Amino acid sequence: MPATAPPAADHALGDTIIEMRHVDKFYGDFHVLRDIDLSVARGERIVICGPSGSGKSTLIRCLNQLEEHQKGEIVIDGTAVHARLKGIEDIRREIGMVFQSFNLFPHLTALENCMLAPMKVRGIPKAEAEATARKILERVHIPEQAHKYPIQLSGGQQQRVAIARSLCMNPKIMLFDEPTSALDPEMVSEVLDVMVELAESGMTMLCVTHEMGFARKVADRVIFMDAGEIVEVAPPERFFTAPQNERTRKFLGQILHAQTQAH
Amino acid sequence: MSYEFDFADVFAAWPELLQGLLNSLVLSALAMAIGMVVSVAGALGKTSGPGWLRRIIDEYIELIRNTPFLIQIFVIYFGLPAAGLKFSSNAAALLALVVNVGAYGIEIIRAGIESIQKGQVEAGKSLGMRPLQIFRYIILKPAIQAIYPSLTSQFILLMLNTSVCSAIAASELTAVAGDIQSRTFRSFEVYFVATCLYLGLSVFFWTVFAGIERAFLRKPTR
Ligand SMILES: Nc1ncnc2c1ncn2[C@@H]1O[C@H](COP(=O)(O)OP(=O)(O)O)[C@@H](O)[C@H]1O
Ligand SMILES: [Mg+2]
Repeated sequence: MPATAPPAADHALGDTIIEMRHVDKFYGDFHVLRDIDLSVARGERIVICGPSGSGKSTLIRCLNQLEEHQKGEIVIDGTAVHARLKGIEDIRREIGMVFQSFNLFPHLTALENCMLAPMKVRGIPKAEAEATARKILERVHIPEQAHKYPIQLSGGQQQRVAIARSLCMNPKIMLFDEPTSALDPEMVSEVLDVMVELAESGMTMLCVTHEMGFARKVADRVIFMDAGEIVEVAPPERFFTAPQNERTRKFLGQILHAQTQAH
Repeated sequence: MSYEFDFADVFAAWPELLQGLLNSLVLSALAMAIGMVVSVAGALGKTSGPGWLRRIIDEYIELIRNTPFLIQIFVIYFGLPAAGLKFSSNAAALLALVVNVGAYGIEIIRAGIESIQKGQVEAGKSLGMRPLQIFRYIILKPAIQAIYPSLTSQFILLMLNTSVCSAIAASELTAVAGDIQSRTFRSFEVYFVATCLYLGLSVFFWTVFAGIERAFLRKPTR
């Protein structure tokens, strides 16, 4: 039984693909994740928000073990992941990750960025990898930038290449860690549009973001974290109109105020 | 001014000089190529190898960087045969050059590796790449791009260091010049010509390095 209530989704959800049970993580003495319980269904879209330093990045980075947890269990599509797992690469290649700072490979073109892992990790022949990469660059609306290097692209374009690079591995899960936070305001929507389209295609997504419009539009559930804990989990409708926890209300007050000011 | 310059004897020995020049070039190029492999492997070991390996590499670097090159050559040429390892003078020269340039090359390439942002490695990991794939396809080229000027300077020093190998009678340019000098007594003339030839070697290698940079290591610009 998942510890959290099943989502009130308007689209079909599958079986459980991510399961976190009583997960604790420490940086030295610092208790960064506290007793995290979370279960995500195949096809579900989750938005994670919360103040800076609350452990949002750490939580999603534990899923592909860029960070290791010390206690509890994390099960990805049937496999328990942990620091000493042999073949963690086999899990990671099924989980795409998009970073705040893009992290494109600077010495490779957009197309090559998208072809590298499919060729080296999945052993896909070059011609096929290129065909897929071109198709997916089209899907993120930048086919004409295929031969440009990251430095020659705008932030929004770079982030869309980064999304394409992950999608070329044909992952089962996509993780986003504040994908629009490093972007100039006028480029935020081109990235969010791609993410919305991805959500509509049925991808399982966990997105750390403060873009509340995006959360309202695609999230099945919104998670609020504070001080290493999951404080509140609710469908967006209820999350935004009737938050249960005092800390959630305070955070929403601040964030909505800030976003109104910005727009 | 009683000394009269006379290059005739030196020029007459041009086939020997040319051979010496060629030997120096081949010795340098081989040492650079093998030294590059040693440097990359050593830098990989030093940045991500197990603790014992890092300590061995550290000791090696300290040993080489704190002793004279000439002594390193003597140890390899005269010392190792006592341990049952005997080399021709040219092989000993090549080995000494590789051992020497490796110590400096490892530190240079390690600096390049450490200049690569953590996010690059994380991106590689998140795509399911294994550590060696990340090193080979993500880290190595930008790392070399970052330190290419230091690396090529070190390689030019290596080329100049081949001259020291004349001490064990390796058949390179300085040894050839010494032979001609002792035969003709035209010291100034022969070493003047040798100087010009070394300068030519430097120009040759700088040109090759620039060509390699243009062909493989050019960074994209906005
Ligand atoms: N490598 C690390 N070592 C020590 N502390 C860290 C490390 N990474 C993050 N932290 C700390 O853990 C807390 C949670 O970080 P993070 O998950 O990045 O928060 P968020 O993404 O919600 O802003 C912060 O207080 C941060 O300073
Ligand atoms: Mg974060």
